[in-house]
Amino acid sequence: MAVNSIPQSPPFTASFKESLLKLPDGDRIQSCLQCACCSGVCPFGFAMDFPPGRMIAWMRAGILDEMLKSDSIWMCVSCYACTEVCPKDIPITPGLMTRAKEEALLAGNVPLELQSALEFSQQYSNPLGESARKRAAWIEELDFEVPIVRTAKRPFDVIWFVGDYASYHPRVKKVTIAFAKLLHKLGVDFGILGPDEHSDGDSQRLAGERGLFEMLAEKNAKILSKCEFQEIITTDPHAYNALKNEYPQLGFEYPVRHYTEFLVERLEELKPLFKENGPVKVTYHDPCYLGRVNHIYDAPRQLINALPGLELLEMSHTKSTSLCCGGGGGGMWLDGFSWEKAESRLSDWRIKEVVEVQAEILAVACPYEPPRFEDAAKAMPGAEKLIVKDIAELIADAIGI
Amino acid sequence: MTEIVVIARLVPDLVEELEIAASGTDLDRSWLRLIINEFDNHAIEQAIILKEKTAANVTIISLEAEGVEDMLFTTAAKGADRLIKITGLDDGKPTNQSAAKEIAKLIQEIGPDLVLNGVQAHDDISGDLAPLLADLLDMPYVGYISGVNLENGLAKAYKEYPGGIVAEMEITLPAVLGIQSSEEPPRYVAISKVRQMMSTATIEEISGADLNQDGPVRINRMYLPEAAEKAEMLKGNEDEIAEKLSSILQDLGLL
Repeated sequence: MAVNSIPQSPPFTASFKESLLKLPDGDRIQSCLQCACCSGVCPFGFAMDFPPGRMIAWMRAGILDEMLKSDSIWMCVSCYACTEVCPKDIPITPGLMTRAKEEALLAGNVPLELQSALEFSQQYSNPLGESARKRAAWIEELDFEVPIVRTAKRPFDVIWFVGDYASYHPRVKKVTIAFAKLLHKLGVDFGILGPDEHSDGDSQRLAGERGLFEMLAEKNAKILSKCEFQEIITTDPHAYNALKNEYPQLGFEYPVRHYTEFLVERLEELKPLFKENGPVKVTYHDPCYLGRVNHIYDAPRQLINALPGLELLEMSHTKSTSLCCGGGGGGMWLDGFSWEKAESRLSDWRIKEVVEVQAEILAVACPYEPPRFEDAAKAMPGAEKLIVKDIAELIADAIGI
Repeated sequence: MTEIVVIARLVPDLVEELEIAASGTDLDRSWLRLIINEFDNHAIEQAIILKEKTAANVTIISLEAEGVEDMLFTTAAKGADRLIKITGLDDGKPTNQSAAKEIAKLIQEIGPDLVLNGVQAHDDISGDLAPLLADLLDMPYVGYISGVNLENGLAKAYKEYPGGIVAEMEITLPAVLGIQSSEEPPRYVAISKVRQMMSTATIEEISGADLNQDGPVRINRMYLPEAAEKAEMLKGNEDEIAEKLSSILQDLGLL
């Protein structure tokens, strides 16, 4: 996509570099060896004009202004693969790539698909452009009540931060309903924020819209300040990352756990409820923001291994080398753009690996994944019968609820 | 310097379900969410594009409504120079006639070369506001414009006709144009820029004495579309349905 007339301030390279050095561990960028591991491991590095290593090289040469004329920064899915392999521990994803997206966005260099997701997030507090009032409409499908914290006006043990796709996306809502049933079955005293919940804003932040992220975080913090609770549980690794690592930097701190950590703690209660369903081969996809970013690799596997009959197979890219589904860092809202640039989908690549290990079920633990992987499986030879399920669904199925 | 005025309206957001007020002549505005009229957003974009091309001065005029300040600050972040809010509106929406009168007074004071307005709105499907303004201001009006340039004291505009026909027109200035789309899609501005405008830009408030006047057009009744006749659903298994369908088609003389 060509970008016309970007207003540039002449000393861009210098001010950009200065802003990077001020970030946590930002000075490490000075120690870049130009080994190009980052650009090599990047799943979309081949389609970028400025993969991370080259960005640093051009910055050192003082000619990074050129980068603002390119839109290839929008291929970055903020998957942390580059950051994971960097031998000098440079904060490539959270520092370099996110700052570069912020600069592109300020310069008006924003793909249209992403623009509408950002506008929707601003108008409706969700990137899907759905009615904010209907955020909790999914609870009507249950035969028990899910209290909305603010209207219930009482303290809760757990506030479940449901998240955007889990609240609205027809496929992901099935996961939401499965997890609600699990909490109900376990007798957990939980409530949701419902229409008062706003997008966690993390993917918008990683897509360069820090101002929007801060606005959404402030809105969530305002409502949470009016609620009494022991901890927050979330089914969304992106919300988990925001609440755990980013909100505290704005002064909003809460005890928060991903649902897999929460359920592992209750595993002994769950185990007697599981029914035998015969042998099934399952593989697990580590979501970037659960695995690489927050190092939660074991809890999801412990849950899968506890399910009777399930045999867990590992794909060639696993744990810290897991492949991104393509939805992070704004990728969820750039499918057309990414296809135009790369003519491939990261989810396709992942499904090929699922086929290689001959798994019948692909287990996931992030709301971006069921629709992305199901779409990829539809067109992938050998994956016609593949079942994609969130771990919450697998557990609910094993219990028969 | 070229003076451009854009009238930007907030309209009911159709993402939310609309409800009729107890009066039966208006929407229930207590639950209404308002968003910028999409066509007006294009008019704003066109004005900013013209400013970038020709060094114009852009004024945005809007009527008081919930969220209008945020909308105006967003236009400032895009490059608008002057923000004006007309206040004094009773509950509800003024008629296009009374709004046009009030806005025309203000436009006369500004004395612009070009007035841009969205060609229509959710609550102004027939697109009356811009032609009414043109009439009051004694300026030419052309609607359904997709792209404008200012050349030698004339506006060169592209007007769309049905059937995919486009006319290139020269319009004497000053003029009022009803914008269907800007030549580039409306741009995105980072929230940080909007927030910056909130602390630095000012919104002028003008009291609109005539806004609440009854116009020559009044709403007698507002209601949801009523179904005159409902479709008959055929029930039964596939064979039964097929048989019923074929007998219906026979009765109608189609088989």
